[in-house]
Amino acid sequence: MSEPTVTLHVTRYHPEHDNAPRRQSYSVPYRQDWVVLDALNYIKDQIDGTLTFRWSCRMGVCGSCGMMVNGVPRLTCAAFLRDYYPHEIRVEPLTNFPIMRDLVIDMSDFMEKLRSVKPWIIRDEEKPLEAGEYLQTPAELEQYKQFSMCINCMLCYAACPVYGLEPEFVGPAAIALAQRYNLDSRDQGHKQRGPVIASHEGIWDCTFIGECSEVCPKDVDPAGAIQQAKVATTNEWFKSLLLPWGKR
Amino acid sequence: MTAARPDRPKVFQPKMPATWWLKHPKYFLFMMRELSSVFIAIFLVVFLIQIAQLLRGPAAYSAFVQKLRAPGWIIFHIVAFLFALYHSVTWFEAAAKIVVIRRGEHRVPPQAVAGAGFSAWGVLSLVILVLVLLLWS
Repeated sequence: MSEPTVTLHVTRYHPEHDNAPRRQSYSVPYRQDWVVLDALNYIKDQIDGTLTFRWSCRMGVCGSCGMMVNGVPRLTCAAFLRDYYPHEIRVEPLTNFPIMRDLVIDMSDFMEKLRSVKPWIIRDEEKPLEAGEYLQTPAELEQYKQFSMCINCMLCYAACPVYGLEPEFVGPAAIALAQRYNLDSRDQGHKQRGPVIASHEGIWDCTFIGECSEVCPKDVDPAGAIQQAKVATTNEWFKSLLLPWGKR
Repeated sequence: MTAARPDRPKVFQPKMPATWWLKHPKYFLFMMRELSSVFIAIFLVVFLIQIAQLLRGPAAYSAFVQKLRAPGWIIFHIVAFLFALYHSVTWFEAAAKIVVIRRGEHRVPPQAVAGAGFSAWGVLSLVILVLVLLLWS
């Protein structure tokens, strides 16, 4: 009996030869315990060594192997062939990003946006090292923990039509990470992040479609983070209006 | 396609088709949620005109109500009502994701917040229905 196989339709784009991406089909052995990333590695090892894609940890931590699987943003290390078999599988680069080669997208826009929200702990004045750690209670940790699980896989950007239509939008993951630090009891950088977050290109560009949270492999809920930031920013605006001389 | 620059690799810049919202049921439902506001806005304008006619006197009001009995307006009101229902459902679901209530270290599950919203909506609608029926009879 011949081994069962599954067909993968993979996007190919060679910047030096192609004017536009094209599709190439490969037949790979079907194994129950294989994920789409295993199938791609099989193609690269056994069929076509020129196929290019990013991957690293193979365990849903590094966030490198995000691609569109049958039109849905997925980490290919967590997308099992058995969930698609016997149907054919379409593998494409993440949407809303420029394609560099085959399944590799240009992430420089995301990296710039990530940097713009200053996703690190900012202190008005750093304590000297001898003074020890900045302590935090479990309840304070709980405030931001969910948003700290982001692995920067960019699936949320691929799921977000607003980012596709308005590339200036800071986007789900970067805002969720800004919110992660704003909610951290050790952080004092709220005002420094304000101009990016509270701008039109920040939270107010979001129309709450909610797909970013649906596709997030880490249940970060960036859509929730953005809407919560909208409420917090509005409250602050009202406070500054009503208490212009008071402490805000 | 971006212009070739020696310091940057050539990339392919995909464009989003105008029909992007037809490609995924979730995107379609989002567009329906946005579209619902158009119908609700038109309904409110008609409603305001109706109140203005009431101020002008019984004759003007009856004439306006007579106009609203045309099949076109009845169909519009049915469609607007369905959109209003859908918009309300999405509103309560969205509110549950935004409102964070903590009990100790744990967040009250969004389903519970949505449930409370839906219950309040149901009870209030029932009260209004009873009041309308009482006034009717």
